[in-house]
Amino acid sequence: MASLEDQRSTIYKVDPEHPETESLPTLRTEELLLNMGPQHPSTHGVLKVILELEGERIVKSTPVLGFLHRGVEKLAEDGTYQQFIPHTDRLDYVCAMYNNYAYCRAVEKLMDMAIPERAEYLRTIVAEVQRIIGHLFWLGTQALDIGAMTVFFYTFRDREILLDWFDELCGARLTTSWYRIGGVERDFTPSLEAKIRQFLDYFPPKIDEYVVFLEKNRIWLARTRGVAVITAEDALSFGLSGPTLRGSGVDYDLRKYESYGAYPKCEFSVPVGKNGDTYDRYWIRVEEMRESIKIVQQCMDQMPKEGAILADVPSVTLPPKDRVFTNLESMIQQFKLFSQGFDAPAGEVYCGTEAHKGELGFYIVSTGGGKPYRLKIRAPSFIHMGAFDEMARGYMIADAVTIFGTYDIVMGECDR
Amino acid sequence: MHPLAEKIQATFPEGFLEAVEWRGDLAVIVKREHLHAMGRFLYDDPAMAFDYIVHVSSVDWPDDPERFEVVYEFYSIRNRHRIRVKTRVPEHDCVVDSLMDIWKGADFMEREVFDMMGIRFRNHRDLRRILMPDDYPEGYPLRKDFPVQGKGWRDTFEFLNEGTI
Repeated sequence: MASLEDQRSTIYKVDPEHPETESLPTLRTEELLLNMGPQHPSTHGVLKVILELEGERIVKSTPVLGFLHRGVEKLAEDGTYQQFIPHTDRLDYVCAMYNNYAYCRAVEKLMDMAIPERAEYLRTIVAEVQRIIGHLFWLGTQALDIGAMTVFFYTFRDREILLDWFDELCGARLTTSWYRIGGVERDFTPSLEAKIRQFLDYFPPKIDEYVVFLEKNRIWLARTRGVAVITAEDALSFGLSGPTLRGSGVDYDLRKYESYGAYPKCEFSVPVGKNGDTYDRYWIRVEEMRESIKIVQQCMDQMPKEGAILADVPSVTLPPKDRVFTNLESMIQQFKLFSQGFDAPAGEVYCGTEAHKGELGFYIVSTGGGKPYRLKIRAPSFIHMGAFDEMARGYMIADAVTIFGTYDIVMGECDR
Repeated sequence: MHPLAEKIQATFPEGFLEAVEWRGDLAVIVKREHLHAMGRFLYDDPAMAFDYIVHVSSVDWPDDPERFEVVYEFYSIRNRHRIRVKTRVPEHDCVVDSLMDIWKGADFMEREVFDMMGIRFRNHRDLRRILMPDDYPEGYPLRKDFPVQGKGWRDTFEFLNEGTI
């Protein structure tokens, strides 16, 4: 066996004519393939990315999706419209309310229904509360992924207050299914109203607290400023939406431009970034939390004190629960709606809703009858993954984690 | 007819088949041979300026002679309008031109359509399955002749530690 000295001498070949090159060995370089995930904690579920590396730089990346594919679109074709609402909870499982909302809006567009005014306000309030929860979750985990751990505890503390509020509202913290086609399942109680008003006073100073944790952290700033830059033109071409698109300076928010719910009656602004980097997307999400607080505040003040919370269309909407157990006709109505569904007109609609990740859309094709013929979910997480290669190219391996974070990716929605 | 549809018809008299407006959504049905040229027109023309791709989808109509329908949906950030472009594909020649050279996002969306419905996209650079495993043997799950329970592939998996509990 060759001694260590012999091995060294074979590697460090000295050219007799140029002895000065003795200390410069010819090193072999080649591209390295690295599998990141599917069990990596920062991939937020089960996402695998094959990285082609040159040293520590990413040359090319290939996302491998589908580890969480459950065939939700196929299941939708097998159930009635009402039965699909709990499935939507499991798409983006950290923000179930907004999925319910987006789906119910699409079905209402198909059925051409009008929603009672109070129900619209309730829906908007809860949707904005869900947006705050989503951004708090994102802020904590994104900072945690790139090494700033402290803010995580603070955002999760405040997220917990809102989740408890959801618990009181509908009995579930995450898989809520509170929205109904034509309205909502139940009204606010005085206790819920008091709690949300209390939160509105409590929360704005807390946002400044999180900002201090991050914007005074030099490492966090170095890892977000100028990382994962995407131009506005590319972002549009990839179909990015939500804060990921607005970070590049494109003013596209469906709440403003295809306004729905109680949003047209509220005053709020849409923060738009400039540089298209991770820091701008962070800034947009923080500002959106402040805007959400404003929207909830305005809705609470403007909301009619009383009124129906479900549209009165007996062929589509469910009867009130208390009547189901005491009244035969209501029982029959409930049974028919759940066993056969309502009779939707033949046609097709697409309805996009501005969820906190981006444009969550449902494309429904109906041929009449109680079940959708085809239901397609436009999931922002899936479409954002399409731009991963473009955004990761040229950055370090560690920045791949930043990019997962900046999309706010949830694999339940990505793989469906 | 909607002014956008009129303009498309005037530009592509042969490729344009029909325009449908329902619930405020405009859908234009075109011949698949003209899909790519029309996509280029929708992207480039300043009156159209559909710079944002919303989704690519597909519908299976097993009883029709041209069985599959490919659905593209676009939005224009500049002009703030939406359009849905649909084209039909027969089963024996199940291929349509890819639009990923115009909208980059069409890459993943078309791969999903291929994976779920088995429609191939000509000139797509990386047409592989995306959500299902690469070696998935049972065909295309969103076709109407595919049962909801699956075709039994999963039943062939071996149980680990069977009988030890």
